[in-house]
Amino acid sequence: MEYFLQLFFSGLSKGSVYALIALGYTMVYGIIELINFAHGEIYMIGAFTGLIVAGLLTALGWPALAILAIAVVVAMVYSGAYGYTVEKIAYKPLRNAPRLAPLISAIGMSIFLQNYVMLAQTPDFLPFPRLIPDLAFMQKYNSFLGTSDLLIIVTSIVVMAALNFFIKFTRMGKAMRATAQNRKMAMLVGVNVDQVISATFIIGSSLAAVGGVLIASHMGQINFYIGFIAGLKAFTAAVLGGIGSIPGAMLGGLVLGWTESFATGYVSSDYEDVFAFLLLVLILIFRPAGLLGKQRAQKV
Amino acid sequence: MKARWILSVAGVAMAGLLMVGCGKKDEQKTDAANATASSDKIVIGVAGAQSGDLASYGLPTLNAAKLVAKEVNAKGGINGKKVEILPMDDQCKPELATNAATKLVSEKVNLVIGHICSGATKAALPIYKDAKVIVISPSATSTELTQSGDYPNFFRTISYDLVQGKAGAEFAENTLHVKKVAIIHDKGDYGKGIAESAKTALEEGKQAKVVLFEGITPGGVDYSAVVQKIKNSGADCVIFGGYHPEASKIIIQMHQKGLKIPFVSDDGVKVDTFIKTAGADAEGVYATGPQILADNAIYKKAIEDHKKDFGSDPGAFFPQAYAASQALMNAVAKAGSTDYDKVAAALRSEYVETPVGKIKFDSKGDAEGVSFSVYQVKNGKYELVK
Repeated sequence: MEYFLQLFFSGLSKGSVYALIALGYTMVYGIIELINFAHGEIYMIGAFTGLIVAGLLTALGWPALAILAIAVVVAMVYSGAYGYTVEKIAYKPLRNAPRLAPLISAIGMSIFLQNYVMLAQTPDFLPFPRLIPDLAFMQKYNSFLGTSDLLIIVTSIVVMAALNFFIKFTRMGKAMRATAQNRKMAMLVGVNVDQVISATFIIGSSLAAVGGVLIASHMGQINFYIGFIAGLKAFTAAVLGGIGSIPGAMLGGLVLGWTESFATGYVSSDYEDVFAFLLLVLILIFRPAGLLGKQRAQKV
Repeated sequence: MKARWILSVAGVAMAGLLMVGCGKKDEQKTDAANATASSDKIVIGVAGAQSGDLASYGLPTLNAAKLVAKEVNAKGGINGKKVEILPMDDQCKPELATNAATKLVSEKVNLVIGHICSGATKAALPIYKDAKVIVISPSATSTELTQSGDYPNFFRTISYDLVQGKAGAEFAENTLHVKKVAIIHDKGDYGKGIAESAKTALEEGKQAKVVLFEGITPGGVDYSAVVQKIKNSGADCVIFGGYHPEASKIIIQMHQKGLKIPFVSDDGVKVDTFIKTAGADAEGVYATGPQILADNAIYKKAIEDHKKDFGSDPGAFFPQAYAASQALMNAVAKAGSTDYDKVAAALRSEYVETPVGKIKFDSKGDAEGVSFSVYQVKNGKYELVK
């Protein structure tokens, strides 16, 4: 039973990070039907920003949790700015181009950002300060749930709840939903679509930054390439849950995290990815739009 | 208005001229390169990870080749010909390694030092074999590269995984006296090779049991599930086959989960980058690495030269790369030409004094007399375990 709980929680914490990144993919897809391949790189840039901030504040001798909180906030702002800029440079000029064009532009952006960080920082792995202390009251649960796992899970839940509130009840959230339903119609009734798209990129990017800083301080190291696999897995999670659907991305992330964790625990980590992608294939066979995606009639 | 018009025309014309100028220079350069391959220079390609996250494995080899070439050139070159080093980056990726090999072959280079990683070397070797290029690697330890007998053009100055995995396993059972071993690898040619030979050695030794044998995906977001599994298996030692990024992630997560058992790894982990990234968690980690003859005079001199020229201590595989460069240039000198058959024969018959001892190569291409030792991280540095 304890072993089950261990795997359950490690899957949960991994899954919540996948979900945080997957939200960015799914929100952008929901609004402009673009798969933003540069999103993984935004996550990586978030982690690097966190490292720089953490390095500065550690030198000033701040307490670890305060540093973590500030690092997360600064990384969110910085990544948000990157997301905004990427959209303006790489996607906005191509908004009315054939759908393949922005996709290729996205891949280009991803390669550019990776190499830019590699050249500006270093190709080596960098140690990331472990900002999550082992809290005393967690001692008895430590055998199956570490403090950093708990913090990742709690932060993800809070962030996702806030996002849900934002989408459901605020003016901008409503405008986002309207744009996702029908961009032209939203424009006709006076929604500033450009602004909505920018906001989507900023929010998606800052969520990825939260995931980036949390995982980096959990794993204790980063390099310019971490965004690739994380992005790939998160994209899988978004498709699994139904791309375009926000609750779908959250569910997809968790399902993927658990699948990987249990496959490793009960079968073999050799087959971790096999099981993850097998699940994806199965779900897409029986529910082509993903777990929570809406089945839409296609115009032919 | 008119003045501006004239100015811009002049500007365009000048830019055009510049471009023409560049074009001419490039042509001259390629002419020069063609000439070098045939007449007054001996070009040696140095291929391996020179950028990317595994650059710390490959750059020391480039430095070693440059140092040896400098020394040889200072003495008048080989048979009156100057040695020139041509670096080629593969980032330790098989797909880039084949590109690098094709490029070297098309530049008519027929002597190569490299590649660095086993997977990349394996991918590049068929291209070199077809083009009759001699390849000496300082660090590609995959057993089959030499032992399969498929590549008569391949030599190396390091021992191979079968020996290395065994060294780690024997250290674990005979020195650490562990009883249950979890073996983890990164599913790559190199890591899995080490892991499998360690497993075979443990099964033959019969003193310790292999309780877990698993591969992980390199670059994963989190390895806590596999760490839980190690913990659950009751292992009292972990043997890891693979490179340093995964090793440091696993050791960090093991310590996070309160699992403090010996961690024995390979020469992919015996690099300073590992200690830098894992920080305090690296302390106490064991890694096998090529045996170093600390009191070898050539070794000492090579390190001094490196400090003088590059201002730092040399990195991973530097002595092996230095030995490879010396062996190759010596063989060319003895053969009297860069002819494939003559150089290969000279490598197999002529002894050379190198930082890894006095070596020549056996019929399969492995250097005779090189082996592995076990090192441990103590106070942020790898030290030989006696």
